[in-house]
Amino acid sequence: MGNINRDLAKNELLDSRETSSLEMKNDSLSQKVKKDGPWRVAAKKMMRDKAAVTGLILLTIIILLSVLAPVLPLQDPEETDLVNRLKPPGTEGHILGTDELGRDLLSRLIWGGRISIFVGFVAVGIALLFGTILGLIAGYFKRFFDTVIMRIIDVLMAFPYVLLAIAIIAALGPGLMNTMIAISVVGIPYYARIVRGSTLTFREMEFVMAERAMGANHFHIIFHHILPNCLPPLIVAASLDVGWMILAASGMSFLGLGAQPPLAEWGVMLSEGRKFIRVAPHVSLFPGLAIFLVVLSLNLIGDGLRDVLDPRTK
Amino acid sequence: MLLYVLKRLIALIPVLLGVTILVFSIMHLSPGDPAKIILGPKATEESLMQLRADLGLDLPVYKQYINWISNVLVGDWGRSIQLKMEVLPLIIDRFGATLILTAASILLAGVFGIVFGVIAAAYRYTFIDRLLMILILIGFCIPVFWLGILLQIEFGLKREWLPISGMYPPGQTGMLELIKHLILPAISLSMGSGAVIARMTRSSMLEVLEQDYIRTAYAKGIREKKVIFKHSLKNAFIPVITVLGMQIGFLLAGAVLVEIVFSWPGIGTLMINGILARDFPLVQGIILFVATAYVLVNLIVDIIYAFLDPRISYE
Repeated sequence: MGNINRDLAKNELLDSRETSSLEMKNDSLSQKVKKDGPWRVAAKKMMRDKAAVTGLILLTIIILLSVLAPVLPLQDPEETDLVNRLKPPGTEGHILGTDELGRDLLSRLIWGGRISIFVGFVAVGIALLFGTILGLIAGYFKRFFDTVIMRIIDVLMAFPYVLLAIAIIAALGPGLMNTMIAISVVGIPYYARIVRGSTLTFREMEFVMAERAMGANHFHIIFHHILPNCLPPLIVAASLDVGWMILAASGMSFLGLGAQPPLAEWGVMLSEGRKFIRVAPHVSLFPGLAIFLVVLSLNLIGDGLRDVLDPRTK
Repeated sequence: MLLYVLKRLIALIPVLLGVTILVFSIMHLSPGDPAKIILGPKATEESLMQLRADLGLDLPVYKQYINWISNVLVGDWGRSIQLKMEVLPLIIDRFGATLILTAASILLAGVFGIVFGVIAAAYRYTFIDRLLMILILIGFCIPVFWLGILLQIEFGLKREWLPISGMYPPGQTGMLELIKHLILPAISLSMGSGAVIARMTRSSMLEVLEQDYIRTAYAKGIREKKVIFKHSLKNAFIPVITVLGMQIGFLLAGAVLVEIVFSWPGIGTLMINGILARDFPLVQGIILFVATAYVLVNLIVDIIYAFLDPRISYE
């Protein structure tokens, strides 16, 4: 019954919205917004930002190369060839040279991208999911939930990010999977705070009050009205965070706490190559460059997104 | 003001309590029996039981926590399994090196960050600004461990200007040697924070430069230099100091990567070796030590911030 009433009320609301938009048909601005929608307007604005487009192109190329690694004419990234170890870039058959076991660096770099980029995106995804849920609960229900969740988050934030990630890996044991879990946990407070802040603002807004008055349940209000409004700052934060996660995961592998050799992962490659910087500096040069380019492209995209989505920069 | 400091100190208690609980639970959740790690794989069940009882591992978890925290408060942080030494003196001994590295890095990051930020703001929207912003972005994105390796290759191995590892040459000490060994690690560690500070300085300066009183200053015919240094910088400084303070904590923890690259004998190296050797008392001690230092640094920064900016409410 409550649902029917709400649907009826909603239809009335929609009707009134249509009427009002008809009344404003001479207003060209509102027409444009109605035609394009806020997301499309943001996308168009973003495409005018040269730095963001450069980042987007760079990231697309890197992701495409990583995704297509199995079908590209590359050597096996784990195939050793001790006769041809530490060959410099430009050697026949090895464009970027070989590492200490004679493995092809280009192949390892492209295959390594699959792991590093995957870890970055998945870790952000996990942090985003749990952070959003906790932030929504704390901000929407307030009182007990807010106190408990925010106190836990305060404690997590009392740790520097790197230290907390290392502490969690120390407990779970070194490994790629545990690194992914650790950096995800470290990211949760960040998203929870963003979502909580937005939720606290939106739950008091008139459109949410109206929904509540019409009998909408909490689930409906949270997922249909509050969450969509939390998305812009979340997208900006997540886009900037993927780069940090990739950096953190490769850093952990570099320390020997993340992915383990002989896996072709950029941090591992850098750590292994470091032992040969006197005789073959290129072995540690390329994986570091790859991490740098991915992080740079993600930052360019993130900055561009912030310019178009963050209301404070408008 | 005193009341504000007191209130902040009281607010610190639950956070520190939370930190100790988290550190304790992290180490408690970890797989593996500490008694087995200490006695090795050949230990008999009897000796394992005896050691568990000696270490209090057979007690309920909350009692173990109370025992542990009571010991921590009186300075007994346990013994390192691997190094067979008391944990706290070991940490304090190695913390000096980390502190030197962090202090040098924050100095570099602060000086270069603020200088670059002010220059970028003074030449806002010109070629110089754009060039500096690109450099700052590179500094922000470059992996600290890779930058360390690049500096080692270029200035240590190719040009042989500076040493690439350790704190002193074997068997030697002295200020000059320390500075020579410190330059490359400090540059590596400071790069990211320097970039953050430069960005903050620039945006804070730009905000101040748009204020009415700055326009008035220009209208009165005051020279650009004076407007920048006398009228703007002071007010733009407050948010920069907060960021600078936050960076101290991050550098303290971030030093671990640089310490590994340059074989710097700080607590970062100690911690990683401890993790790989599953030396839990040592790792637990270092994490607690750094987290407490981080919380205290943030408190000091907040107090300085409140002291500098009269607009901040002490309530």
